[in-house]
Amino acid sequence: MNADAGQERDPGLQPERTRLAWRRTTLASTVAAVLAAKTALHGSVSAVGIIACALCCALWLGFLLVAHRRISALASSDSPLALTPRHATAAVLCTVALAACGATLVF
Amino acid sequence: MLEDEAVQAEAPVPKMAAPSPRTPVKVVSVIEFARNVRLWFAPAQVREEGGTPDYRFSLANERTFLAWLRTALALIGGGFAVDQFLPDLRWAWRAGLALALLGAGVLCSLRAVNHWMRCERAMRRGEDLPVSRFPALLSIVVAVVALAMVVVVLVGWEG
Repeated sequence: MNADAGQERDPGLQPERTRLAWRRTTLASTVAAVLAAKTALHGSVSAVGIIACALCCALWLGFLLVAHRRISALASSDSPLALTPRHATAAVLCTVALAACGATLVF
Repeated sequence: MLEDEAVQAEAPVPKMAAPSPRTPVKVVSVIEFARNVRLWFAPAQVREEGGTPDYRFSLANERTFLAWLRTALALIGGGFAVDQFLPDLRWAWRAGLALALLGAGVLCSLRAVNHWMRCERAMRRGEDLPVSRFPALLSIVVAVVALAMVVVVLVGWEG
């Protein structure tokens, strides 16, 4: 749309690459969440399994939200601000909580 | 005087081992880690230090962080997969392997954010980027788990 924006674009396509890295990471988290849901609902369906499955879905949604906000921040300007520690911590906490869910499910 | 001699005697030793003095390294790294954990939740403090680096460096750092996070997610997914897709294994082996993979995933993700923070601060202050022996540790753990899987699958098929 804007010719100036095209000229100012970083030739290394750093924001785009970072955006795609977030996409890949959401894909990886989707795979992990699907496997978690399968583990939770495997065999006889119990209350613990359903709660764990709901928790895994919520964590996945949380991760998706973090990624979405970061992706829109990256897309909004030509020289985007750096990732904030809060975002990074939120993404990591989702991952850790998913693993914690998994640990309870394995037992 | 004695202390001076001791220092002189010990001086060549670190050359062979780590570049920093050995005994306080653990304590220093624990203090450093605690400060970093505080910074995860206090983003404003990071901005107070040094100058803002070129945004491209920050983005590269972010991509490295995401790559480590994907590694962590893959390890966690692997833990679930071991639990799900090796049903013939004895419970102890299966749970052990799954928990090892999940634990490795947790470690990997926590380390990802910690390393990202350290790199970000180093860039702001214009210092060298931090070195880490974590990649070596992780690759050894993954190799050991893979070997264990091979053994377990072979034994599981026989028994």
